Amino acid sequence: MQYVISILLSGISLGGQLALIAIGYTMVYGILRLINFAHGDLFMASGLMMIYISTWAPLYLAIPLVLVLAVVLGFTIERAAYKPLRQAPRMSVMISAIGVSYLLQNTATYITGGQPMTYPSIPFLYDTVNVAGNNVKWAVLLTPVLVIVLVFALTQLINHTKIGMAMRAVAKDFETSQLMGIKINNVISMTFIIGSFLAAVGSVLYFTNYQTVVPTSGAMPGLKSFVAAVFGGIGSIPGAVIGAFLIGICESIVKGLPAAWGLSVFSDAVTFAILIIILVVKPTGLFGERATDKV
Amino acid sequence: MIEKKSKAGTAAALIGILVLLLGVVLLENLGAFIPNLPPILLPTSQLFIVLKKGAVYSLVAVSMNLLNGFTGLFSLGQAGFMLLGAYTYAILMLPTANRPTVYYLYGGSAINFSLPELFGGGMFGLILGTIVVFILAGCVAAFVAWLIGLPVLRLKSDYLAIATLGFAEILRAIFQWDKLGPITNGANMIGSIPIYSSFNITDASGKVIVRLTTFIPFLTAIICITMIVLLINSSYGRAFKAIREDEIAAEAMGINLAKHKMLAFCTSAFFAGVGGALFAMYVGNAQAKVYTSAMTYEILLIVVIGGIGSITGSCLATFLYVACSEWWLRFLDSPLVLSSGFKVPLLRNGFRMVVFSIVIMIVVLFFRKGIMGNRELPDLFKKKKKGGVAK
Repeated sequence: MQYVISILLSGISLGGQLALIAIGYTMVYGILRLINFAHGDLFMASGLMMIYISTWAPLYLAIPLVLVLAVVLGFTIERAAYKPLRQAPRMSVMISAIGVSYLLQNTATYITGGQPMTYPSIPFLYDTVNVAGNNVKWAVLLTPVLVIVLVFALTQLINHTKIGMAMRAVAKDFETSQLMGIKINNVISMTFIIGSFLAAVGSVLYFTNYQTVVPTSGAMPGLKSFVAAVFGGIGSIPGAVIGAFLIGICESIVKGLPAAWGLSVFSDAVTFAILIIILVVKPTGLFGERATDKV
Repeated sequence: MIEKKSKAGTAAALIGILVLLLGVVLLENLGAFIPNLPPILLPTSQLFIVLKKGAVYSLVAVSMNLLNGFTGLFSLGQAGFMLLGAYTYAILMLPTANRPTVYYLYGGSAINFSLPELFGGGMFGLILGTIVVFILAGCVAAFVAWLIGLPVLRLKSDYLAIATLGFAEILRAIFQWDKLGPITNGANMIGSIPIYSSFNITDASGKVIVRLTTFIPFLTAIICITMIVLLINSSYGRAFKAIREDEIAAEAMGINLAKHKMLAFCTSAFFAGVGGALFAMYVGNAQAKVYTSAMTYEILLIVVIGGIGSITGSCLATFLYVACSEWWLRFLDSPLVLSSGFKVPLLRNGFRMVVFSIVIMIVVLFFRKGIMGNRELPDLFKKKKKGGVAK
C-alpha cells in the first residue's frame, strides 16, 4: 500500500509537471497548427537559467527573474523564428522549430561545457514530508495543487477576457479573425508568453524533483507533454492536463514494476505506445473537437 | 544523374557515377603514388571522415526525401529504421570468435554464426556476407515498416510524424531491453564488427595495397540512390508525386492511396535500413542509444537544406552539412590567441555547434527552398526547362 501510494504520488507530480508544459504545446498547436519542438528546450533553458541566476541572487528574486526571462525567451523565439514564416507551408515552420530546438541545445552545451548541472535546492519545495510512510518532497505534493490553480486561472483568462476571446477566435479560424480586426500577432505572442510562463513554472517543480539539468533534458519531457496534448485532444486545455496526469501515472507505474522484469527501460516507450493506441482508436483525442477539414 | 529522359542522359549519368567512384578510389590511394602528400590528403585526414559519413548520410537523407519530399508523408521514423539495419548488420556480421567477449554480460550470444564465416570466410565470404546482410538489413527495416504502416499510415501530417517518431523511440527501448540481451546485448554496444577498412586489399604481410575504406560506402550509397531514382522516375514515382500534390485528386485518378503510401514507406525504410548498416560500419559498432530522435531531426534538416523533393540537393546538402559540422567549423572549438596577444573571445569547446545551428536557422528562415528547391543538378544546366517544373 505504502509502495502504491508512493508510485501514485510520483506519477501525479510528474503528470502535473508535464501538464504545465503540455498547455504550452496545446495552445500553440491550437492556434498555429505547429508542433513547437523548441518548447521542451525552453523548459530546459529555464532550468539552466535558474541554476546560473541562483548563484548570485537570492531565491525570492531568482524565481521571478527566471519566469520573466523564460517569457522573454519564448517571445523572442516566436518573433524571430516563427513570425517570418507565417505565410510559409506548415512544414517550414516545424523545421524552424526543430532548428530552434537544435540551437537551444547546442547553446546550452556550450554554456555548461556539456557537464550535468545541479539544480539549487529551493528550501521549502525541497523539504520532505511524511505521507503514509513515504518521505516525499513538498514539490511533489504542491505540483497538482499549483496545476489546478494555474489551469483555473487560465480557463478564466480564456473564457472571460478580451484576449482570451481573441485566442479562441484565432484558434477557430485564423483568417476570419484577422478580418474581424484581431491583431493576430499579439494573440500569438500572448499564447507563447503564457506557454513559456507555465513551462518555466513546470521547470522549477520538475528540476526540484530530479535535480540534474543536461542540455537534452528538455527533449523527452517535451515530447511526452506533446503526447499528453494529443492524448487529451489537441487544442483543449483540460484535455492536455488530464492526458498529462494519465501519462505521468502510467510512466511511474512502469518504473515501479518489479525490477526482475526489467521493464523500466520502457518507461519512455510506454508514453508513445499510449499515443499510438489513442491515435489509432480516437485520432481526435479524449476531448478533441470533431476534425474539421483543417488538417 | 537524375533526369534520365534520353539515352544520352543515361550514359552521361553512368559515366558521371563511374568517374566519381574512380575519383574516390584514386583520392584515397594517392599516398601510394605521391610520397609527400599534404596532410589534408592523408588517410587520417578529416576529409575522408566527411566523405564516409557523407556517403552514409546522403543515402539516409535520400530515403527520407523519398517519403517526405516525393510522397508528402511526413515521417520521423528514420532513426528507428537505421537502428534496425545497424543491429541486423552487427548481429549477423560479428565474428564468432568475438562473440563471447562482446556478449560477456549475457554469457555468450544466442546467435552463434556469422555470415562471412558461413560463406567460407576470407575476402570472398566477407564481401558476399556484406551484400547479403545489406539486403537483409533493408528487409528487416522494411518488414517492421510494413507492420508500423498498417496502423499509422492512415494518419495525416503532424500526427503521422509524431506516431512514427514514437515508434522509433519504442524500437530503441526494445533493443535496450535486458531480456533480449543475448541477441541485442542490452544497452551495451555490439563492437568488433567488420568496418570499412576490413575491405582494404592487403598483401600477405597485412600491408595495405589498395585502400577501399571510402569506396565501399560510396559504392553502396550510389547503388541504392540509383535504385531510388529509378523508382521515382517510374510510374510508381509519378503516383507518389501525385499523392504529394493532392491526395483526393490522386485517388480520383485511380491511384490506390493505401498501397502506394505503404510502398513508399517500406521502400524508404528499406534504404534507411541499409543506411543504418553502413552507419554501423562507419562507427564500428551498433548501439541503440545513438539512434535518437535527434538523429532523425539532423537528417530532416539535411533534406530541408538540400531542398525537399530534390535528390541531388539532398546529396549535396549532406556533404556540406557533414563537412561544416565535422570539419570546416572545427577551428571554432579551440581557443585562438592572435599574434598580438589578443585572445579571441567565445572560442571554446562547443562553439562550433552554436555557430552551426545559427547557420542552419538562417538557411531555414531565409532560404526556405533549400539549395536546390525541387530541381535536380542537371536542371541547372537546362535553361529551357525552367518554366516546366511543377510546384
